[in-house]
Amino acid sequence: MQLHYQSQAVAKPYFIAAIALFVGQILFGLILGLQYVIGDFLFPAIPFNVARMVHTNLLIVWLLFGFMGAAYYLVPEETETELHSPLLAHLLFWIFLVAGALTVVGYLTVPYATLAEMTGNELLATMGREFLEQPLPTKLGIVVVALAFLYNIGMTILKGRKTAIGMILLMGLVGLAVFFLFAFYNPSNLVRDKYFWWWVVHLWVEGVWELILGAILGFVLLKITGVDREVIEKWLYVIITLTLVSGFIGTGHHYYWIGTPGYWQWWGGIFSALEPLPFFAMTVFCFNMVNRRRRQHPNKAATLWALGTGVMAFLGAGVWGFLHTLAPINYYTHGTQITAAHGHMAFYGAYVMVVLTIISYAMPILRGREANPERAQVLEMWSFWLMTVSMVFITLFLTAAGILQVWLQRIIPNPQPFMQVQNQLTMFYWMRWLAGVVFLIGLTVYIYSFFARDRPQTAEAREGQTATA
Amino acid sequence: MQAAIFGLWTGFPPEVSSSGAARIVADKEVVMSAFFTKSMARNIFYGGTLFSVLLFLALTFHTNWRIPQRIPAAAPSPEVARGKTLWETRNCIGCHTILGEGAYFAPELGNVYKRRGPDFIKAWIKIQPTKTPGRRQMPQFHFTDQQLDDLVAFLKWTSEINTENWPPNIEG
Repeated sequence: MQLHYQSQAVAKPYFIAAIALFVGQILFGLILGLQYVIGDFLFPAIPFNVARMVHTNLLIVWLLFGFMGAAYYLVPEETETELHSPLLAHLLFWIFLVAGALTVVGYLTVPYATLAEMTGNELLATMGREFLEQPLPTKLGIVVVALAFLYNIGMTILKGRKTAIGMILLMGLVGLAVFFLFAFYNPSNLVRDKYFWWWVVHLWVEGVWELILGAILGFVLLKITGVDREVIEKWLYVIITLTLVSGFIGTGHHYYWIGTPGYWQWWGGIFSALEPLPFFAMTVFCFNMVNRRRRQHPNKAATLWALGTGVMAFLGAGVWGFLHTLAPINYYTHGTQITAAHGHMAFYGAYVMVVLTIISYAMPILRGREANPERAQVLEMWSFWLMTVSMVFITLFLTAAGILQVWLQRIIPNPQPFMQVQNQLTMFYWMRWLAGVVFLIGLTVYIYSFFARDRPQTAEAREGQTATA
Repeated sequence: MQAAIFGLWTGFPPEVSSSGAARIVADKEVVMSAFFTKSMARNIFYGGTLFSVLLFLALTFHTNWRIPQRIPAAAPSPEVARGKTLWETRNCIGCHTILGEGAYFAPELGNVYKRRGPDFIKAWIKIQPTKTPGRRQMPQFHFTDQQLDDLVAFLKWTSEINTENWPPNIEG
């Protein structure tokens, strides 16, 4: 099977880098999980805060690699034209990879305060805020890469066919770049700092990223089900309407206790209570399209990932978000393991899985075949179940830990100090860590599936079938 | 057999539904489209988004106008600002939460000034790491007395923000 457009091939290194960084993220996750139970594990070589920066920053970077790869793959096909500049795409790949690698090396080898000094943080202090820990040059690099990437994608869309999927993807990517600019605004007033910090974090993951998610999912479903484009794109508009109408004011669920006015408890509560709706619509959308399929695509694994995204995004982002989004509940759960539980399943269910969906669909084609051999697909589906089920358990154990934490630290008549409470949660943290090990096994199987071939007798039987057909 | 397993795992039967069923679905779709078209969906998207953005901007404007009344002094002092920079450049948020945001590995520090007081905070930072086997460890930052004062000023300022009575009790 040939690529429709030669320039789609630039997506391949992006997908490979995404998976490689994913492995790094999980390894550091396991270090963190162990530090929760063996407090001094790897101290002082890799303190918890350093491992956490690596864990979360790698996640963001590999998802961005995935989004960019997805854009490079699907935009030529949607616009029915070659990419504006494949060379620029290759160049940006190396710039982004080297910048990302240098940043991680910086985190791991130099004390954070020294890193801040070395990279000119005093010129414009942007470091040391959760998820935005990157040194100034890295942040500027992200802006440059994002602008050049948007130029490349924008020019391609401009000269080609304009589809709703393409436009929604572009809107999501532009939003991603625009809201990142708030990473450069860091006033000394902590309340204002926090207020606009959420414009990067919340308006990314509960706003514009969902547009990217919808576009990628819509594209893959279009290809594997053969359902009419009009139907898919109409669904997409409904989903992203629900996303942005609930998501913008829904930012208010982060404005309950950070010094902002009390009315946010109403605005944030009501609108964020609607945030599960777009995810529910996405679940219904995925199953509906697959049930109405007009063709039988040989890539079963990609179909499984697409359906899985629909279900897990709803569970992780929708249900687990709703659990603690209302102000009277959030008053007790804010900043506990409940938040960690939600964060893990939401990121996995929505963004990890959608990137794995597009990789599952596109990678075989990038390697010159419509779908992977049967054995490779079976292994990939095993990895799907191992990773997904272990993530469900990670979430359940963290939720249990969170409930106990809230009870002991915030509800009982004689509330206990933080560390005393943590010591009583050890059993849940151990179980979470074991679930994390299973996740790593799943990831190993996933990577192995890329190299798996059919056993000789299966391949022969298949060829015999094709010959008789 | 393989096909059956695929079907089981992916949640759909191995054979595509008959063309008759597909036609019924398609007909239903035509009827549906007459009521609710893609361009209607698109217009609702643009209208709904614009409305939400404007409402959000209005609330943002009002909130930022109100913030000075909800913090200890109209603007943080230079001491507090320096303390915040220390907080950031030592990546405190990589382990602690502040007003509930950050990592969940170490205690909430938004109200630590009220929980422990300035002297305890300074003494505690100075003796790190405790090196108690198996216990969570905090690095030694080699702060000067001036830096410790700045950090405490920042934590004091933070503890006086009007947070709608959060956290529920002094333990954070």
